Order: sequence, then structure tokens, then C-alpha cells
Amino acid sequence: MNNFKSNIEKRKRIESIFRTICKALTWTSLVILVVLLYHVAEQGFHRLSPDFLSNFPSRFPDKAGIKSALWGSIWLISLVFLISVPIGISSAIYLEEYENKGKLARFIEVNISNLAGVPSIVYGILGLAIFVRFFGLDRSLIAGAFTMSLLILPVIIIASREALRAVPQSIRHGAYALGATQWQTIYHHVLPAALPGILTGVILAMSRAIGETAPLIMIGALTYVAFVPESIMDPFATLPIQIFNWASRPQAAFEEVAAAGIIVLLVVLLTMNLAAVIIRNYAQRKYRW
Amino acid sequence: MVINDPILSIWNLNIRYGQTLAVKNNSFEIEKNKVTAIIGPSGCGKSTLLRTLNRMNDFIDSFNTDGTINFDGNDIYAADADPVEIRRRIGMVFQKPNPFPKSIYKNITWGPQINGYQGDMDTLVEESLKGAALWDEVKDRLNESALSLSGGQQQRLCIARCIAMRPEVILMDEPASALDPKSTARVEELIAKLRQDYTIVIVTHNMQQAARVSDNTLFLYEGELIEYGPTKALFTKPEKQQTEDYITGRFG
Ligand SMILES: Nc1ncnc2c1ncn2[C@@H]1O[C@H](COP(=O)(O)OP(=O)(O)OP(=O)(O)O)[C@@H](O)[C@H]1O
Ligand SMILES: [Mg+2]
Repeated sequence: MNNFKSNIEKRKRIESIFRTICKALTWTSLVILVVLLYHVAEQGFHRLSPDFLSNFPSRFPDKAGIKSALWGSIWLISLVFLISVPIGISSAIYLEEYENKGKLARFIEVNISNLAGVPSIVYGILGLAIFVRFFGLDRSLIAGAFTMSLLILPVIIIASREALRAVPQSIRHGAYALGATQWQTIYHHVLPAALPGILTGVILAMSRAIGETAPLIMIGALTYVAFVPESIMDPFATLPIQIFNWASRPQAAFEEVAAAGIIVLLVVLLTMNLAAVIIRNYAQRKYRW
Repeated sequence: MVINDPILSIWNLNIRYGQTLAVKNNSFEIEKNKVTAIIGPSGCGKSTLLRTLNRMNDFIDSFNTDGTINFDGNDIYAADADPVEIRRRIGMVFQKPNPFPKSIYKNITWGPQINGYQGDMDTLVEESLKGAALWDEVKDRLNESALSLSGGQQQRLCIARCIAMRPEVILMDEPASALDPKSTARVEELIAKLRQDYTIVIVTHNMQQAARVSDNTLFLYEGELIEYGPTKALFTKPEKQQTEDYITGRFG
């Protein structure tokens, strides 16, 4: 006697309803994104010109340019990269490969996850107290870079740990069984295999760093900078701060300048991500099982 | 069993995972340049025992052991013993083939390279692959990914990778259990060939395989060493009732 009631019709109906919902939601968010981008492009596109990239900010909307903010952001993101990526990956390796047992590791793990959820303004206050005041770095690029690095370190560490954890244990054992030290195993096998996942985390973190504004305002990044930073001790402006400043001015013409600034920010962001994705795909092709 | 020329001597070995005793008070010796098979029902501690012989159990948190394992006159669990050095001299082939996701060539050369091998790498690759009866199949594609090989070929590559280190002992944990009958036969032929130059300890579930490839056989049951002797004697005239029951398939 057959005890199955397979209900195939009903199950198929549920399947198709669920699929339609997912599809509709995906398209909705895409459409909203396109509308937003279109709006920005419409407003700002005609303000884009070589002059816009090579002029400093100005009181006059048609003379205002983004040079100092663009260079400020490039400086900042480069410094953040140099500070946070080595520290983040090393910490992830230490926590995942060397110190992955015991209470201490679990305590640190929980805390890092919590840190990833702390509002960015809190990092700004921390940066102000530690880097600007205590270390006397003032409102410099390096103070901003350290603050921003603090903010994104948890993201890099968590993503890197996930990536390291996903590397099959059998690869490690294969290497140990040939008389490899732990570092040789990590450097030659585990890291290359985890690289695509680590890069994904780095992309996310860098995108966040380039778009964050609050902590930089907190530590006193400027909005009117009439020079390109020349050293890590110089004051600076960044793209989002500059855009925010323009957008909050009463004159309608500055709204267009802000839109043009947003386009520049998006181009920088996309270029950065594209480069990282290309590297990641290359690494992925090399290591697959 | 008295062994004339032992390479590994195990005395009063207990192995625990946390509180559970997985291997109980084993004492035996492994004969040099012979094949020793470890047989026994699933979960009796064969893999545990094998992994302890080259300190591959160090990576399991709850693992701990007492007793002595003498290799070449030194206790491998002594405080000053170096596990890296021990694993270089006692190689291991795993149940599931685990080649590195790199080229066939690199799979062979990596171990020797990190251990400072001075000789000619091309020669070493050829010798090792010939030693593992894989050379003819891969000699034209050494730079292709090892993952493009079939399961059986991958396992022979892992054996080649192991013998490239010229280990004194090769530990094999069910090296043929993931392979089809034909690949299994090739791995068995390979073991028969390797016995001339190496000491091999092999864990197997397959009675016929143990009987075919080994010189000595050790029967383990619930962590206890029940019987250990020359393979022929153990399979034809087992001394213990439990051994006879197991090899005739009455349990396990
Ligand atoms: N990493 C581990 N942590 C805790 N207990 C373990 C671990 N590995 C094995 N054990 C336990 O130790 C005992 C022996 O396991 P082992 O893997 O050595 O058996 P085996 O003889 O190799 O079995 P099989 O033939 O199925 O591979 C089992 O009871 C098992 O549950
Ligand atoms: Mg086993």
C-alpha cells in the first residue's frame, strides 16, 4: 500500500510562486538603482570636464572642482590599504591557523564580530581621541587612514578567516605529511587557495572605506582644501565629504556640482572593484578543486 | 611476535581522544623493508594508530598519548623530537587522494624543494613517477593540473609525491578504498614493487588485499591488539577465535 501523498501539483505551484517573488524583488532593486544613477547622471554629466578634475573647490559653482578631494581620497585609500590589509590578513592567519583553539581565540572572535557592527561615528570618536589628540597626528591624512583602518579591519579579518576555513583540511595534511612546517603549508597552499575569498573581503572593505564620511568629519577632515596633499601629515578632504558639502549648499547650481562629484566617486569605486575582481578571477582559475 | 630487524618499536601505547581510549596498551614492532597490514572492524582504531606513527595526530586537539614509539632508536614523542623531521622520514598516503591543486610536476617537487633537495628535479620527478607506475600516463602532461587526473591516477601521484621524499617508512590509510577494481589492482602491484625499497604500513578493510600485499598482519579489535604475526600464518591458522571470526567474515 502506497503511503506517499506526493502533492506534485501543489509543490510545483509553491515553487513557481516563490520564484516569481524572488525575481520581482531582484528587479525592483535593480530598477531603483538604475533610476538613481540616471538621476545623478542627468544632473551631473554636463558638469564633468577636465577642468572639474583639475580645479580646486570654489565659492562659485561653475569654477568649483574636485581635484583636492579626488587626490585626498586616493591618498587615503592607498594608506588604508597599506595599513589594514597586512594587519587584517596576518590577524586572520594567526587566529585561524595558529591560535584556533581555546577560550582566548573564541573571546577574540566574538569581539571582532561585535566590532564589525559598531557604528562608524564611534570609530571617529576613537580616532579623534587616540590618533589626533594622543599621538598628536592632528587632522592629517595618516590620522584619517588609521581611523578608517580600524573601521574596516574587522571586515577584512572576518572575511579572511572564512576563506581560510574553507580550504580543505586534506590539503594541509598532504603538506604536513611531506615534512612541511606550518608556515610553509600556509604560504604555499592555504593562502593561495584562500586568496579569492580574502580578496572579496578586501574589495568590500575598501569600498566601505572610500565611501565612509562620518568618522572623517569627526576627526576633522576639511571640506575646503585648496591644495593636493603632499605628505601623510597634510590635512585633506575626501570625495564623499566634498560631495556632502556641495549638496548642503543653498544654491541650486551646487547640486549639479555634487552630482558630478558622485559620478567621479562611482568611477573611482568601480575601477577599484574591477581591478580586484580581475585579480580574484585570475586566482580562482588557478586554484580549483 | 619476535622481529629481527625492527624499524619502529611500539611499547605500551595508549591513544586517547579526550577521555575515550581509542587504542589500548599496544606493543608491537614493525619489520624493516616489509609490508605490514593493519586490519580490524570499522572504528577499532586503525587510522588512529597509523596517524600516531608519524605524529599526524598532533593536529587533533583532544588527542593525547602515552607509551613509547621508537623510530631509529629515538622516541618520536620525546619532548625534543621534531614532528616536521619525523614526517619527512615517515611519509603518508591518505584514504582520499589529496593532490595539491598545482601541476603534476609541482606536486612531486614541492616536498623535496621545501626540504632543501639538492639533486636534479627533472630526474627526481621521472624516477618518482616511474616508481609509482604513473610515468607513462603523464609524461607528456607534467605541467597540467594534478586535478585533471582520474582518481586512481591522483592516488598514484600522491604515492609518487610521497616516495620523492625517499621516506624510510610509508604509512597508507586504505589507499585503494576510493578506487575502482582496476586502479586498486594497480596500487596493489605498486605496493608489491615498493616493498623492496621501503617499509610500508597499510591499513585495509579488504581481507584479500591484506593477504595479497602484506608480509605481516596485525589484527586490532576495539583498540586492542588481538593478534600479530606473519600474514600467511594469521590467515590460515589464526591463534585467536576473534581473529578467525573476523577473517572468515563472521563479524565486523
Ligand atoms: N578526531 C577524533 N576525535 C575524537 N574521536 C575520534 C577521532 N577520530 C577517531 N575517533 C574515535 O576513535 C575511534 C577509532 O577511530 P579510527 O578512525 O581510528 O577507526 P578506524 O579503525 O580507522 O575505522 P575505519 O575503518 O572506519 O576507518 C573511534 O571510536 C572514533 O570515533
Ligand atoms: Mg580509518
